[in-house]
Amino acid sequence: MLRVEAINSGYGNAQVLRDVSLDVAAGEILCLMGRNGAGKTTAMKTIMGLLPLMSGRITLDGQDVGRLPAHEVARAGIGYIPQGRRLFTELTVAQNLEIGLMTRKSGPHVRTRVLELFPRLSERLNQRAETLSGGEQQMLATARALCIEPKVLILDEPTEGLQPSMIEAIRDVVVRLRNEGVAILLVEQRVDAVLALADRVAFLENGILAETVTPERMRTDAALLKRYLGV
Amino acid sequence: MLAALEGAVTAAVLALTAIGLSLVFGVMRVVNVAHGEFYMLGAVIAWSVATSLGGHPAIGFAAALVIAPVVVGLLAAAADMTILKRINYDPERTIVATIGLLYIIQQVTLMTYGPEARPVEPPFNHRLALPWVEWGEQGLALYWPWGLSTTSYKLAVIGAAIVVLLGVWVMMTRTKIGLIMRATQLDRDMAQAFGIPVERVYAIVFGIGAGLAALGAVLIVPIQQAYYLMGADPLLLSFIVVIIGGLGSLPGTVLAALLIGMSDGIISVFFSPTLAKILATLLVALVLVFRPQGLFGTRAA
Ligand SMILES: Nc1ncnc2c1ncn2[C@@H]1O[C@H](COP(=O)(O)OP(=O)(O)OP(=O)(O)O)[C@@H](O)[C@H]1O
Ligand SMILES: [Mg+2]
Repeated sequence: MLRVEAINSGYGNAQVLRDVSLDVAAGEILCLMGRNGAGKTTAMKTIMGLLPLMSGRITLDGQDVGRLPAHEVARAGIGYIPQGRRLFTELTVAQNLEIGLMTRKSGPHVRTRVLELFPRLSERLNQRAETLSGGEQQMLATARALCIEPKVLILDEPTEGLQPSMIEAIRDVVVRLRNEGVAILLVEQRVDAVLALADRVAFLENGILAETVTPERMRTDAALLKRYLGV
Repeated sequence: MLAALEGAVTAAVLALTAIGLSLVFGVMRVVNVAHGEFYMLGAVIAWSVATSLGGHPAIGFAAALVIAPVVVGLLAAAADMTILKRINYDPERTIVATIGLLYIIQQVTLMTYGPEARPVEPPFNHRLALPWVEWGEQGLALYWPWGLSTTSYKLAVIGAAIVVLLGVWVMMTRTKIGLIMRATQLDRDMAQAFGIPVERVYAIVFGIGAGLAALGAVLIVPIQQAYYLMGADPLLLSFIVVIIGGLGSLPGTVLAALLIGMSDGIISVFFSPTLAKILATLLVALVLVFRPQGLFGTRAA
């Protein structure tokens, strides 16, 4: 579904990613792990077209999205839940969702469905996003991305700073989407969460995609975690 | 009373001009030094439209009211796409670029329109005597003192400005394009990640900002005159208003325009225009020292 081939990118002249390749199939969860500063967020931003591609190719169902202007990447069907949520803080819950719905001109049934997944949001439609609790903000960030009916969903550390019940709620939604055939690219630091969710795990080290393994391999090979995560 | 009315006219036009500057700064983070020139262009185009169309002054004026802001807005949008976009909206370079734009517009106007100041006839202009209340022999009495009068046109300017400002407010808070502009303002990258063509939004905002300045100028040109250097004062006052009102805050900008416009009118009538400018500048300095986010600003710029 989503295929990233030997991309190089970074900030201005500072190159971060070097020949990174990965691919996610429909109905699959690929977890991306790596130390702080390894380049995980940079990889997500590059896929979304927010950082210029120095070289390489990014395709979605064969369509070249790597050369599209940033605003057309989302329209091609990639939903993005960024690190730190990045909601439109001064806008209300309803307005944040409306921006999501406008992206691909999703109909009202999409909104209804998304609000069914996150009933707490439907009680707070007219509340400004910045006044939501951390967990509610993460729900809204997720809901906003689901509003575009994504073929591929990219989540950058969605459980950072959340309590267990909230982590559970986000996880349920991710699993549900996978079962519906969405391709999921998940950046996650917590090993237990990755082991429970991932179909495959990719390790990023200093901007280079070092290895892609199965969760079984990760469970048995302690040296792997030591090397790539330092734990 | 008379001074307050003069002040209200100044405030009305100033509010339109400043709201344009504020919108551009708020959404794009661009300090548009050429804003006063878009104002001047509005006045000059109003003059050319009004003079080339014969007939009743109202026809020419009505045409100018539509044509001048649209032409100026399109010019500004074109300038945005050809110049500001090229330099990536880098804050320092946009200042330099808009200074360049200021001189280009000014000199081209000088070469084509010339150095004269030219008037535009108001579409209607009745003298209206104003009543005054005074404690007389039979108690409170209403009378019309000699010389206390305004023109219907000046009242119309105030009314038109209020209508346009309400329109801008409705656009920003109630419409889809307003929602898109605010999302772009709040987080440019996330706006793009949700399909918003940020560059097109910028061009539209820059055009609307310049168009509002031009509209203010069309309204003022029957009272003052169209002149190629007329952009300097509104630019300065708009900056003062935007700083006092809080960068990017629309209600703050309107209130500050009222404050500055009214005090400018009143002080200019009773003392001197120079004193009014000095006081306004002093106010800016005080605001910058004690409340850098502006009187009504919500966050640091
Ligand atoms: N805006 C930026 N400008 C320049 N360099 C940046 C910028 N953002 C990130 N970097 C650099 O790029 C590298 C990778 O950062 P990135 O945010 O992708 O890491 P990450 O793997 O997501 O880390 P974390 O786990 O902390 O989120 C880091 O060395 C960082 O300093
Ligand atoms: Mg990160």
